[in-house]
Amino acid sequence: MALDTDTVRRIARLARIYIPEEDLEPLAGELSNIIGWVEQLAEVDTDGVEPMTSVVEITPEQREDVVNDGGYRDRVLANAPDTADGFFTVPKVIE
Amino acid sequence: MAGELLQLTITQAGAALAAGDFSAHELAQAHLDAMESARGLNAFTAETPERALTMADAADQRRAQGETLGPLDGIPIAVKDLFCTEGVLSTAGSHILDGFTPTYESTVTRNLWAAGAVMLGKTNMDEFAMGSANVTSHYGPCINPWQASSGDSVGKDLVPGGSSGGSAAAVAARIALGAIGTDTGGSIRQPGAFCGVVGLKPTYGRCSRWGVIAFASSLDQAGPLTRTVRDGALMLGAMAGHDPMDSTSVDAPVPDYATALTGDIKGMRIGVPAEYRMDGMPGEIETLWRQGRDWLEHAGAAIVDISLPHTKYALPTYYIVAPAEASSNLARYDGVRYGLRVDGEDMTDTYEKTRAAGFGPEVKRRVMIGTYVLSAGYYDAYYLQAQKVRTRIANDFRAAWEVCDVILTPTAPSAAFAIGEKMDDPIAMYLNDIFTVPASMAGLPAISVPAGLSADGLPLGLQLIGPAFAEETMLRTADVLESAAGFTAKPSW
Repeated sequence: MALDTDTVRRIARLARIYIPEEDLEPLAGELSNIIGWVEQLAEVDTDGVEPMTSVVEITPEQREDVVNDGGYRDRVLANAPDTADGFFTVPKVIE
Repeated sequence: MAGELLQLTITQAGAALAAGDFSAHELAQAHLDAMESARGLNAFTAETPERALTMADAADQRRAQGETLGPLDGIPIAVKDLFCTEGVLSTAGSHILDGFTPTYESTVTRNLWAAGAVMLGKTNMDEFAMGSANVTSHYGPCINPWQASSGDSVGKDLVPGGSSGGSAAAVAARIALGAIGTDTGGSIRQPGAFCGVVGLKPTYGRCSRWGVIAFASSLDQAGPLTRTVRDGALMLGAMAGHDPMDSTSVDAPVPDYATALTGDIKGMRIGVPAEYRMDGMPGEIETLWRQGRDWLEHAGAAIVDISLPHTKYALPTYYIVAPAEASSNLARYDGVRYGLRVDGEDMTDTYEKTRAAGFGPEVKRRVMIGTYVLSAGYYDAYYLQAQKVRTRIANDFRAAWEVCDVILTPTAPSAAFAIGEKMDDPIAMYLNDIFTVPASMAGLPAISVPAGLSADGLPLGLQLIGPAFAEETMLRTADVLESAAGFTAKPSW
């Protein structure tokens, strides 16, 4: 299926990536080529085939429901571009 | 002396350290000097000489007291920049992780340091491991130490393969005795083949993914790049093991892989899949593959023709599953918690501008493909169908293990190509991984062994694929293949 510029604009919005208006059309072409190529999967007979959810046949183990981590706020914040009073900062979200 | 130290295998260097022929400090210094003089390759994104010498001195002190941590004690290695290393810049080759200095250590690197390995630095890679030529790195392409002796690529800088291109180049150029990489669709094996070194991807679940910057979580797996199969076996033994921090890491004992290298493959059944004979495959790849069959047959193995009917669908399946997982994993780069931030008018604008500036074109493409195939109305047609085809691919292998023990294929459809080629056509670049992706989709262990040179004097690899957790059988076969191939050529760098 060919992706039009409206679809690319919508995907970019969902993916939270700003795409300048003039780049939408070339990107639509590139993405359409890739999507067109992967669409060959439609020809595979998958009737009655379970979708793979785990590539190794293991049952995830259970662990005790205990707190075994945490208590190092400064390490968590160490790489933040901006912090204040022991918190991450973000642009104002409530007017 | 220093030059000789660079030509050793890990096995030889370990024996020499034990014999007191030289110190771990001298060994580390020789490799640090090599790293410095090879900066033109752009193989490293961060060099850690002080840490290397501190670690080497600790190894020397242990030996002076008659102690050793095993075969990797005092061995200098390079680490792909996808592994988080405490206090050392870790960027995944991306602008969006500018300045990111983890406050924790990945399990795999922690295991290696606990085994006495010495860190030389972090290696260049495709951004977020998305690429097959190391050309999508924010830090510029890494250059393959090999050069073509004839043909169209003469005099040009060649790609080392990707995404673990810096790790493969570092081992090939004798900067590191070994290196670690990660393999999602071929990112250890294909650069191994392009650089003439051994690239080993273990079974999914063998090594912990904790602290490895995530690309496609159901496929990502760490593994070593080394100059011999035995060295790869030694490194994997130190890297592998159960980790409560990764629920997909398998709680099973780690075998002593090196003891599996008996040199005896008599009676082993080697599967040769018809579907890997691709249209347009260069004759020299076909010839090398046939040569590989003959080598194993002469060593006493039985060649079995097999069929893996869904092989041609593995690559398109990968390009739905991997981008889908990537779009989800890369949602964490929001300009708030670490790395780059570009301030916008509001929260959403900040997200969008940060991610527009921080991600390169290939990462954006894949995140958007992933977002699309997971979006309402398209999920069943693309993502769910891909997950079903993935089951089909895994079942193909399951059927093959009824009649063979190991599968032999080429690693890549060509030798290394010049930097700048295949840049305009994403799908042409994706086709590099056509022979490596199927084993990834099925979670199977696979290894690339350097097996010969192309007509233009560039290395070519053969791949062995084994059943899940049958690394020992696969490595035993790889060791025999390596001996038969007798690959001794070295890059001109």
